Amino acid sequence: MNINFLDIFENTVKKKINDTAVVHRESSVTFSELMLSAKNAACSLIGIIGNSVNVPVAVFLPKQISTIIADLAIMYSCNPFMNLDVKTPKDRIFNTMELIKPLAVITDEKNKAFFDGTSYNVILIDELINSGKADEELLLERRSRLIDTDPMCLINTSGSTGTPKSVALNHRSFFDFMYWSVERFGFDDSFVVGSLSPVVFDIYDFELCLMMMCGAKLVLLDASLASFPAKLLEGLNKNSVNFIFWVPSIMVNIANMDLLNKIDIPPLKLVWFAGEVFPTKQFLYWYDIMKNTMFVNMYGPIEITLDCTYYAVEKRPDENKPLPIGIPCRNTDILILNDDDKLCTAGEEGELCVRGTSLAMGYYNNPEKTSAAFVQNPLNTAYPETIYRTGDIVFCDEFGLIHFCGRKDSLIKHMGYRIELGEIEHVLINKLMLVKYCCAVYNYSKKKIVLYYEKDSDISAADFRNAIKTEFPAYMMPSEYIRMELLPRNANGKIDRLLLKKKTNEED
Amino acid sequence: MEEIIAMLNEIRPEHDFASSEDYIEDGLIDSFDIITLINMLEEKYNISIDGIDIIPENFNTAENIAELVRKSGGNI
Repeated sequence: MNINFLDIFENTVKKKINDTAVVHRESSVTFSELMLSAKNAACSLIGIIGNSVNVPVAVFLPKQISTIIADLAIMYSCNPFMNLDVKTPKDRIFNTMELIKPLAVITDEKNKAFFDGTSYNVILIDELINSGKADEELLLERRSRLIDTDPMCLINTSGSTGTPKSVALNHRSFFDFMYWSVERFGFDDSFVVGSLSPVVFDIYDFELCLMMMCGAKLVLLDASLASFPAKLLEGLNKNSVNFIFWVPSIMVNIANMDLLNKIDIPPLKLVWFAGEVFPTKQFLYWYDIMKNTMFVNMYGPIEITLDCTYYAVEKRPDENKPLPIGIPCRNTDILILNDDDKLCTAGEEGELCVRGTSLAMGYYNNPEKTSAAFVQNPLNTAYPETIYRTGDIVFCDEFGLIHFCGRKDSLIKHMGYRIELGEIEHVLINKLMLVKYCCAVYNYSKKKIVLYYEKDSDISAADFRNAIKTEFPAYMMPSEYIRMELLPRNANGKIDRLLLKKKTNEED
Repeated sequence: MEEIIAMLNEIRPEHDFASSEDYIEDGLIDSFDIITLINMLEEKYNISIDGIDIIPENFNTAENIAELVRKSGGNI
């Protein structure tokens, strides 16, 4: 019976004791070293936070080995970890902290100044590791009370009102996804994972689970490598990486640069991608060159723990058709509901809704948002049963494959990040007060955010960027700013978002 | 050279590129900026930069960026 990822990690450590668990640049750590550091740090942490369990602890560190130690230590303390992006502007981080109220925040010497002048309980990771001594009895006693529906981590995602939403995920939902992954794709300790995702992505949490549960080796690739694909491929080769789970943007870049024909092909046996639509032309570039690699298109929002459908590409796809998002992962049910909340027939478009153990527990400290997205299954009036409404519009074809069509609202995926375009508009209008009316739309082929604004005179792109960077991380920054004397309005007098969206995507 | 600095200033107006000897190491430009910059260079100089050349060493100073443009057949 698996209740938490620590028990299973300890079993893995027994088998893999002196094998390498994590590599980062020139440093590495073995399974036993990693476990000991995490336990030492956990005991110091418990000394500071006391008896609290199931209350988030924040981690403000770049991606490095000590970040993994911090996350494991927090798990050992029986609290969920919440990783924060060190490149995010202050206000945004503090908005999140204000909402979540973590017990403490773990950081390092280099990053601690960020919290100067605040009342947060700031703890240095090196001190945690060095000052603590693993007290097995204390840790075991604490863990014995943990149940599998207790939260394992919190993941932040864009919210339309200017404050991110924080999705709470429990141990059981991660097990659910892991059982499927192992059964379907045979993950074991022969896997070497090329970990490129930021620590704030759910993909990173999945990679942690692969290490803890299957004994896979993690190779942490610096995020900065994403802009230098040639170096990235070298890194894969050097470390004999055989599995990657990336967002398509970087793979599209590699295809456009024709790098697989110029650099040794990495020994990948399995490639997963998710987070945005992979254009089929660039996908075929990978597919045709890497004949011995299995490619899988994964689909799912964070709220259902990683992914809920998948399409393993077993025959060459038609270049003119987008890849389907496929079929449900095992132990997950997908309902496609039309506007009347009835099941769609084959070919009919409707909203993808998810039923199963994989559902998140909700948005932390945000009951309104939670009850709007996690709702009673309208097809079941017999007993309480929650489904998650994704807001994604899909249809199922006659072969039972699901295809993605678009969004109900203004949420987009950009470079793997989920962005509410409404959040950008909200902050520009109400917080920065740069403009009275504006509309952000996404250019899907050029993968950039375009901002239309209404004003008598131009605001320079530099002025926009200077103001916006105080509020948003770089990935949320529009790349193009277009002034209009009057934004188009629809019959109700509202800004005609659909028209602007069409205009932006037609011009190419 | 001024043209390159002007582009960098457009992308990241808040930074003083003149006083840095390594934009990447000093954190003046990140992965998003590199992609924007490559698009701008390719458009302005009507060139196509080979993926093999997209390495940190070619983007750490305005001189090296200009050299990359020349190497890619651009007139600068």
